This record gives sequence, structure tokens and C-alpha cells, in this order.
Amino acid sequence: MYRAEVFVTLKAVVNDPAGLTIRGGLHALGFESVKDVRAGKYLVITVDEPDEDHARARVEDMAHQLLANAVIEDFRVELRPEPALQSPSPARGGGQGGGGS
Amino acid sequence: MRTGIVVFPGTWSDRDCAHAVGEILGEPVRYVDHRERDLHDLDLVILPGGFSYGDYLRCGALARFTPVMEAVSDFANRGGLVLGICNGFQILQEARLLPGALLRNSSCEFRCEWVHLRVEQSDSAFTLDSRPGQVLRIPISHGEGNFFADAHTLESLERDGRVVFRYCAPDGRVTAAANPNGSLRNIAGISNPRGNVVGMMPHPERACEVLLGGDDGLAVFRSAVHALARVPV
Repeated sequence: MYRAEVFVTLKAVVNDPAGLTIRGGLHALGFESVKDVRAGKYLVITVDEPDEDHARARVEDMAHQLLANAVIEDFRVELRPEPALQSPSPARGGGQGGGGS
Repeated sequence: MRTGIVVFPGTWSDRDCAHAVGEILGEPVRYVDHRERDLHDLDLVILPGGFSYGDYLRCGALARFTPVMEAVSDFANRGGLVLGICNGFQILQEARLLPGALLRNSSCEFRCEWVHLRVEQSDSAFTLDSRPGQVLRIPISHGEGNFFADAHTLESLERDGRVVFRYCAPDGRVTAAANPNGSLRNIAGISNPRGNVVGMMPHPERACEVLLGGDDGLAVFRSAVHALARVPV
């Protein structure tokens, strides 16, 4: 079992109105050192695959087909083994509320 | 003109489209469920506006994988007329039937207002009744209509005359002030190379009766009727 974290971000050449608006908000709060903000999507996908290579190949296939739009977005996948001992396993570490997009 | 109007979970402009084509133009119309696979009885397929699948992940990303979109793709490749309006435009891009993508409006605001569109070419199935340079007044209603394509795609769209509509001032000048969402080159609508598939962000179906503010949108649907009369599909 593997837990994949997928980060979907707009390509560098694509304007990011949400990122620009967030940057404006940070400047208004006094964080003048902020030069750039890029907003994106974060997905956590648990897959039942025999090894890391298979898990990565499957998740990258998902990203190409659905999770990211290659016209405007790039993606990055981070993988780690997910112990499948306790069956209904809650998100590890807890306290993840509000992280969604 | 036998017209099918595709209904996904979350579609909201289907009845307005049916009213425009069925009641105002008096052409036969039926709704097409997103699970259908057979479109052989149709001349025109409309993908109406709305929020298919809640706009989850990306606008149009999930609608693309429905059975009906496979059929729409075949239908378009056979030369059938396809019009994607607003969310329908987003779905056509996700399905790669049209190039580019629609980003969040540069203002980050949902824009619901009347705009002016300059007709850029009258070869597409949906602009036959218009002349190049003509200005149509039609409303928009979207949060993600900011047209984007890479430089190469943009050049080929321009070179091949596939930019169908541009946001403009009432006098037809294409200005930054007339651009409601940050679209590159004020692009509001494009076609495929054959001209039988058009996507546009503005809502022509909401501009079909003077009583409701204007009827410039009728030209889009009437053009389709004339395109079918001219070129057997």
C-alpha cells in the first residue's frame, strides 16, 4: 500500500490570478518580503500496488489522464509506503483539517 | 435542425438553450442524458453552461469522461455541429476537441454582465449569418473564462482564422477595457479547423428575445440552421 501526494501547479508561463490575489493579501498584512505566490491543488491518493515503481506509474498515469491538464498545469508525485495494518486508517499525523483546495 | 442538448449533473443552461432553439426558432429539440451513447438522430449537439460535476478538480474535467462525450467526439469527427457554451466550452477543451484552456478570471470575480463581441470570421457553422466585424451584444456569466493557449497554438488559431469572437467595445474596437476576464487577445470563442465545432464563453441562448434585453444571440443558432441547409452532414 502506498500513499501518494500529488501537487498540481500552474505552469510558469500561465498567469495565476488566485496566486496574485493571495500575494496582494499578504502584502496588505505587512509581509513585504513576499515576491511571488503560486496557488495549486494538493491530492492524497492511497493505492494498493506491490511496489513503489508500480505505484508511481499508476499515479502518474492518473495525473496525465485526469488530475492535471497538461495545457496549463504541471504535477509532482511524492510517494511513501502506507502501513496497511489497521484497516480504516485515518490520515496520519491528524490535524489536517483545512488543507484541501 | 434536430438538436440535442446534453445534460450533465450540474448543468444549468439546458432549458434556456431548449427555449431558444425549440420555442423561438421552432426547431425540434431533445435533451441528451450524459449516459447516452447514440446521437445518430441529431444534426446539432449543444453542450450548455453550468457547473458539471460541481466544477470539481477543473471545470469540465469530469464531464469529459462520460459516455456521451465519447459519442460527441465521434459526432464532431463525422462533421456534426457542436456548440459548447461556457461550461460546454470548458468541456470541449478538456476533451481536446478545441485547444487551449480557460483559467480563473483575472479579476478573481464571477462576472455576470452584458458584453460586446466582434465576429472575427463568418465561416464557422455558428457565424454564417454574421459578417466579419459585426458586433453582437450577448451576456457572460462565469468565473473561469480567461482564455489561455501557448504562443504556438495562439498563432495557429489566428493564422487559420479560428478565432470566432473577441470581446470588444460597443463600436467594435478590441480594447483591454472591453476584456471582462483577462482572455489572451480578447478571445471569447474559437472553432476547430473544420468550423463545425465552436466553443464560446458568452451565452447566446440568453440573448434571444428583445423582451429579455436583446436578441443578438439568435444569429448563432440561425447560422447553424443555415449551415445544415448548405452543407449536408
